[in-house]
Amino acid sequence: MKARAFDYMRPKCVQEALEAFVSADGDASYIAGGQSLVPALALRLQAPGLLIDIARLDELRGLSIADGHLRIGATTRHCEILGSDLVREHAPLLAKAAPFVAHPAIRNKGTFGGSLALADPASEFPAMTLALDAIIEIASVEGSRRVGAGDFFIDLYETALQPGELITAVYVSLATAKTRTAFDELARRRGDYAIVGAGIDAEMQGDFVERMRIAFLSVGSTPVRVGAVEAALTGRQLTPQAIRQAQDVLGTELDPVGDEHTPPEMRRHLARVLLGRLLGRLEANV
Amino acid sequence: MNAFAGSIDRPSSYIGRSVSRPNAKRLLEGRGRYVTDLVLPRMLHAAFVRSPYAHGKIVSIDIEEAKALSGVCAVFTGEDLASICAPWTGTLGHFSNMKSLPQVPLPLGKVMWSGQPVVLIVADSRAIAEDAAELVIVDIEELPALADPVQAMSAAAMSQELGDNICFATKLDSGGVEEALDAADTTVEQSFVFGRHTAVTLEPRAIVADYDPSENRLTAHHATQTPYQFQDIYSRHYDIPEANVRVIAPDIGGSFGMKLHVYHEEMAVVGASILLGRPIKYVADRMESFVSDIHARDHRVTGRLALDRDGRITAMDVDDVTAIGAFSSYPRTSAVEGNQVIRLMGAPYDFSSYRANLSVVFQNKVQTSQYRAVGHPIACAVTECLVDAAARELSLDPFEIRERNLIPDSSYPRTSPTGYQFEKLSHQVCLARLKSIMNYDALRAEQAGLRQKGILRGIGIALFVEITNPSPAFYGVGGARISAQDGAILKLTPSGEVHCSISVTEQGQGTETIIGQIVADQLGIDREKVRVMTGDTDTTPHGGATWACRGAGIGGETALQAARKLKANLLAVAGLILQAQPGELDIRADWIVETVTGQQRISLAEVARIAFFRSDTLPPETQAQLSVVHHYAPQGYPFAFTNGAQGCLVEVDAETGFVKILKHWVVEDCGRIINPLLVDEQVRGGVVQGLGAAFFEECLYNEEGQLTNGSLADYLVPMACEMPDIEISHVETPTRDTELGAKGCGEAGTAAASAAAMNAVNDALAGHGAVLTQIPMTPTRILKALGTI
Ligand SMILES: Cc1cc2nc3c(=O)[nH]c(=O)nc-3n(C[C@H](O)[C@H](O)[C@H](O)COP(=O)(O)OP(=O)(O)OC[C@H]3O[C@@H](n4cnc5c(N)ncnc54)[C@H](O)[C@@H]3O)c2cc1C
Repeated sequence: MKARAFDYMRPKCVQEALEAFVSADGDASYIAGGQSLVPALALRLQAPGLLIDIARLDELRGLSIADGHLRIGATTRHCEILGSDLVREHAPLLAKAAPFVAHPAIRNKGTFGGSLALADPASEFPAMTLALDAIIEIASVEGSRRVGAGDFFIDLYETALQPGELITAVYVSLATAKTRTAFDELARRRGDYAIVGAGIDAEMQGDFVERMRIAFLSVGSTPVRVGAVEAALTGRQLTPQAIRQAQDVLGTELDPVGDEHTPPEMRRHLARVLLGRLLGRLEANV
Repeated sequence: MNAFAGSIDRPSSYIGRSVSRPNAKRLLEGRGRYVTDLVLPRMLHAAFVRSPYAHGKIVSIDIEEAKALSGVCAVFTGEDLASICAPWTGTLGHFSNMKSLPQVPLPLGKVMWSGQPVVLIVADSRAIAEDAAELVIVDIEELPALADPVQAMSAAAMSQELGDNICFATKLDSGGVEEALDAADTTVEQSFVFGRHTAVTLEPRAIVADYDPSENRLTAHHATQTPYQFQDIYSRHYDIPEANVRVIAPDIGGSFGMKLHVYHEEMAVVGASILLGRPIKYVADRMESFVSDIHARDHRVTGRLALDRDGRITAMDVDDVTAIGAFSSYPRTSAVEGNQVIRLMGAPYDFSSYRANLSVVFQNKVQTSQYRAVGHPIACAVTECLVDAAARELSLDPFEIRERNLIPDSSYPRTSPTGYQFEKLSHQVCLARLKSIMNYDALRAEQAGLRQKGILRGIGIALFVEITNPSPAFYGVGGARISAQDGAILKLTPSGEVHCSISVTEQGQGTETIIGQIVADQLGIDREKVRVMTGDTDTTPHGGATWACRGAGIGGETALQAARKLKANLLAVAGLILQAQPGELDIRADWIVETVTGQQRISLAEVARIAFFRSDTLPPETQAQLSVVHHYAPQGYPFAFTNGAQGCLVEVDAETGFVKILKHWVVEDCGRIINPLLVDEQVRGGVVQGLGAAFFEECLYNEEGQLTNGSLADYLVPMACEMPDIEISHVETPTRDTELGAKGCGEAGTAAASAAAMNAVNDALAGHGAVLTQIPMTPTRILKALGTI
């Protein structure tokens, strides 16, 4: 398991990184934390001629509040999300999901932007950007553009990113006093990619759901928002009956795939169980 | 015998003491030297092109482009190596009518499993060798693959030479089973499926083969637990005099049986080194490990138990079909597992009618063979699950039914209905101890209380018998050149320390530590002054090394007897120097003392100085023997059986099928304990492997015979977070066959952990109409058993 030979460069700014990609005629790959790319190189699933290392670009770093949003620089590492007071306060859903991402060694290197760019449907953060309806800022040699999370994830490992484009930051609306969140997943071992996972970001007025966004991981080829379930709950109280109905709606809305360990019906069943438990927690406000 | 009795309070008495491992610090500091770390001048690197199909005919192999790549030294295919390597066949004489195809390093016409190495590339670096591997074109005509073990029984032979797909079949019948089943008040029957799993050692397989044509000498730096066996094999199959073959097994990062089998890659690399006259390194990467390391288990078992109205077992009847892959492994075969399964069934219990049917079948997968606790977990799980099923049927408590059926501790020696001779076991004491350390009655009360709240806890127990200290009855009688004896050389240094080189080997379990303890204890010197060396066929005597459970029981006895011999020699010299009778002297804390008074007379260092440098001051004709060589082969019972009991507490989430393992208990009796710390860690490690089998580990194959989860992302090994606290308690029944009295403990944990776990899960699900008889018990299988999905 040795990678094919490649060239390596560490650009000094985003512009240089973008230009390097263009000069390589597309035979290049950005590398951030390397936690997904390096295994793929070693397995020779990918063999770009040039690696452009973006991990140390200042422009891509950091957590801050900007324009009423939490700005998460693309190379913010998973461990920084996990340890950040800003995230805990303003994007509690991310804080709740972060401990479930891999293991400490991987969280020390893996980046938020890398996770989104890879768009693994089993990853926690892509699904949570969907639940948060976050905005993804993308740079190319032509300039900068913004894409909503709902339009970003297209298919398995396929996103709105065009070749050579770079995620520079992600913007998340700030939590309010009405915000309630819940996250959980079912994984065979702590730190594994989950069989199924879900996060909910809701605004509640007392017991009533004013707004709710629910996103699942590991149930399809992309992270999945379940609009019909959200609609079924909006404007309602989270009674046991409402929760049961929501679970039924979910059962018809999801069309999960199977793998060697888990047949599709198992995933659908677990997704229903998980939804019930998360809604129960929202209701109890724990 | 058993004259030995360690008195633990003497200054240099180490037997029975929890001392730490001298090599632990070195390994922790990253100063271990594994084969992977080795760099030799002019060394080349190997990579393999592997078969993508489980079964197929090789139509053509085009290696031209690969050969032409810069940095590539040579590319070898089947003929190149077959011409210099005698084929090997994995059969043993005492398994009558056993058959298997002869094997060669790289295939000549057919590929037999997906992942089989087909082409060997030797290059300046592993990366270049892998570049070249991408340029090789192997054209294979795919043939139907045999992937299902039961189908393999009746399907057309996968190879014409074999006639059918049965590698080995045997029956045991003590008589009276049919009658007992007819007369039984209760019979229980269950069918079990035990998946394949594999060793997943931290260090993968590795070899640096270094052939020197000028001396016709081969040195193999080989990550193996059995260097002498490989010395013999390389010598015979490559026709090099045995004395010219040196196998060095340096630090080894785990083995568990996996590194004692012959692999095609290692044989090919040795052959390539002979052809090229240069050292060649091969280190399996993790993906290669999954498709080429031996796998283990893979059984379909049906078992029946007959009981009378008092819940006493009257007969047992079992049928085991075990699938071993395309070849029986060499030189130990792939039939030992099944053979031990059918012979260990029902071992703790007092009944006489037993019948068993074993079929060992071929299929197009990588070989299975001996892995920690060979056959034990299967025999234990089948027996213990049936006993629990009977208990449920008869409304007996699991402890109660076992108490009624155990072989009484007072009734030894005994011979089991399968022919095993038990010297002395302690089932009754162990079971009672287990009940008390589990605080069983309180656990049951807690379980009942939680059940009211819908929380499903399960308590499971299992008893086991383990085979240790194997005599030549294991392999030698079958014609295998695998030693059951061990040898040690003890040398006094001129400073009064002792150097011990011994044929048992170390893979992380602490063998060198206990050997050092025994030598120091018996000589009466400080442990720091004993240096133990293992794993080099040029500098240690020939012996069995590590397999089954034998390091403490056989290696330890070898060290003990050698140390006593050296001590007698040293006291003889000291007697001459002191003009005293050697019989009135002893060695304590590095000093020659008067036995009766304890008075220090002369230091051992001074004795050594005089003996080595001033022999002129000793009486004429004195020839001080300052080194000794000693060999020891087990005699008496063919095996030293051990026993124990395990308990497991789980909580099952009936909605998700997820199981939380809350606690595990082990009571075990390995005879004399040399180092309680190391025994405990052996047991814990073994339990974790058993729980891995019970809940996580399985090599999954599709119908085409492709392994579908061959990476550490998809193959689940148990991790610390999922493992419970493991509480251990010991009972000591030393064997009287040796002075030391030690038996083995390395497989005890693995033997019964999965059985206890199965009984715990089924206890939790009792009343829900679900019984699991397949491991691993995954959430999916649990929900299927419950009818949820
Ligand atoms: C053992 C293990 C377990 C793991 N478990 C989990 C888990 O449970 N949950 C989970 O979510 N993840 C898990 N991961 C993946 C981990 O979170 C990765 O770090 C993450 O998916 C990718 O981030 P990275 O910074 O390492 O990206 P890299 O590996 O550096 O890059 C991944 C891809 O994204 C591209 N890329 C990176 N940054 C950008 C950017 N700013 N703009 C455009 N493209 C970019 C790269 O070109 C590459 O194609 C695990 C990884 C390992 C090795």
